[in-house]
Amino acid sequence: MDLLPQLLIAGVVIGSVYALAALGFVLIYKSSRVINFAHGQIIATGAFIAFALTQKGVNFWLAGLIAMLATFLLGMLIERVFLRRMVGEPIIAVIMVTIGLSSVIDGLIHLTPYGAGTFGFERPALLTGQGIELFGLPLSKTQIAGVLMALGLLGGFTYFFNKSTLGITMRAVADDQMAAMSVGTSVERVFALAWAAAGLTAAAAGVILGLMSGLTLGGLAGIGLKVFPVVILGGLDSVVGAIVGGMLIGILENLSAGYLDGIVPGGGTREVFPFIILIIVLLIRPYGLFGTKEIERV
Amino acid sequence: MTLSNPQPANPQPATSQPAKAPPPQVAASKDDLTVNNVEVVYHDIIQVLRGVSLSVRAGQVTSLLGTNGAGKTTTLRAISGLLKPENGKIREGTISFAGTALSALNGTDVVKAGVVQVPEGRRVFKHLSVEENLRAGAILGRGNWKDDLERIYTYFPKLPALRHKQAGYTSGGEQQMIAIGRALMAHPRVLLLDEPSLGLAPLLVAEIFDNVRRINREEGLSVLVVEQNANIALRNSDYGYVMESGRIVMEGLSAHLASNPDVKEFYLGVTEGGVRKSFKDVKSYKRRKRWM
Repeated sequence: MDLLPQLLIAGVVIGSVYALAALGFVLIYKSSRVINFAHGQIIATGAFIAFALTQKGVNFWLAGLIAMLATFLLGMLIERVFLRRMVGEPIIAVIMVTIGLSSVIDGLIHLTPYGAGTFGFERPALLTGQGIELFGLPLSKTQIAGVLMALGLLGGFTYFFNKSTLGITMRAVADDQMAAMSVGTSVERVFALAWAAAGLTAAAAGVILGLMSGLTLGGLAGIGLKVFPVVILGGLDSVVGAIVGGMLIGILENLSAGYLDGIVPGGGTREVFPFIILIIVLLIRPYGLFGTKEIERV
Repeated sequence: MTLSNPQPANPQPATSQPAKAPPPQVAASKDDLTVNNVEVVYHDIIQVLRGVSLSVRAGQVTSLLGTNGAGKTTTLRAISGLLKPENGKIREGTISFAGTALSALNGTDVVKAGVVQVPEGRRVFKHLSVEENLRAGAILGRGNWKDDLERIYTYFPKLPALRHKQAGYTSGGEQQMIAIGRALMAHPRVLLLDEPSLGLAPLLVAEIFDNVRRINREEGLSVLVVEQNANIALRNSDYGYVMESGRIVMEGLSAHLASNPDVKEFYLGVTEGGVRKSFKDVKSYKRRKRWM
């Protein structure tokens, strides 16, 4: 019986999208220690901008790029207008601002024709036609492209954080703002960049998700909360953690759906199971699998 | 010399300037950093500096001595533009360096102007590797970071072996070297050192100061070092200031200060003729609390 490999592959496919969505949380938390509860709404904004452009006849790939640019700027704008003022305020106040923002963006999207209903991208020529079959599981070209795009972006950001001076500086700001300022780092610019980069990945995640499973406001915005176990599991400040966490949650969801739904009356275990794992992980490693452990010198 | 009109950051590359022609007068050069009658208040109400004036002469090591709470760190923060995060601001006075009014600039522009501070207590990036710590100092991209890394490794030969170690797990002395190296990556022309001896064993303190002296000589880097350890600071500096309750109360060549009876008694722990003075005779000096 080859159910297991099929479930694993399906898990990796959805997991890579989770990882990309989670990356936005990580980028912001890593530099500014803010948890952005409006991330799902930014994902939806990016996806719908791309969709609206394709409706106007713009090429799908170009529309995706424009959407990424738009959310890049949106992230920067949100940081500049709302978060910059909150520097030094209690963390709960900052979180409330992002929750408020999520409602506002939600409301704004409801004003557009995309607020209600389900939409679907028209597949670009490159993604139509026969996909491949892995262990008896048919994978569409869309799914393959989605995984590749997600992994490409994740790999790019991992490289950026570890090898580029700017990426290292962003980690340095997360570590000690004052020390970073002492060598001339503009902390404001680093925050703006983190939000912008998070916006960019949000649009990418939104478009990929839209391609794979259609566009609904609830589904896209909901992914923001859905990936919360991912970031907690992987560690809020670790890109690698987001990748591994995303894959794990994706796989766990599929495994529980495949094996447990038949046993548990009512089914739907995929919604619950990741959170059970989440709680267990937090009990053992409160900073997540790959999160930063506080260093104490004695 | 006070320059009231702020000019754009000095475009001169801030690498080394050893071959430069000596300034006409030793007393004041264009590249001196001057602090002129500066008053600093925190939270708009707590006045910490009450008219501090000092100058860091080009190519020299200047020390700033004083007890806890005298305002030494605040003086450094005022120079380096790092008062704002602590809710402090310069209420009076000017700070200028190489034709630039530093007091009008934010922290980033002060670094661009060539003045870089090594914060008190090292403040290395604990979760970054040693090499990443150094690279973070190159954020303004003044020069090639790979060359700069090699240059800093020659000053601190202990660091290359640690380059991939997480900085939070290195020793206090190593962290001080990392912090100084990180500041050097920003190509300073004036280095501000805040208590490099803090919490370090005497041998390590001596090593750190030797390194600072060497960098000062080889690169012509001006240094302002704030210290409680007056002994080592005076031995390794050209000129010194003594600070107390937000004012400069004494200044002079380091050698002169080191032989001054008051400084000797209260900062170097040597009593005059072996006789202990009554505490009543001491109005303006507090007895120095020793760290070790």
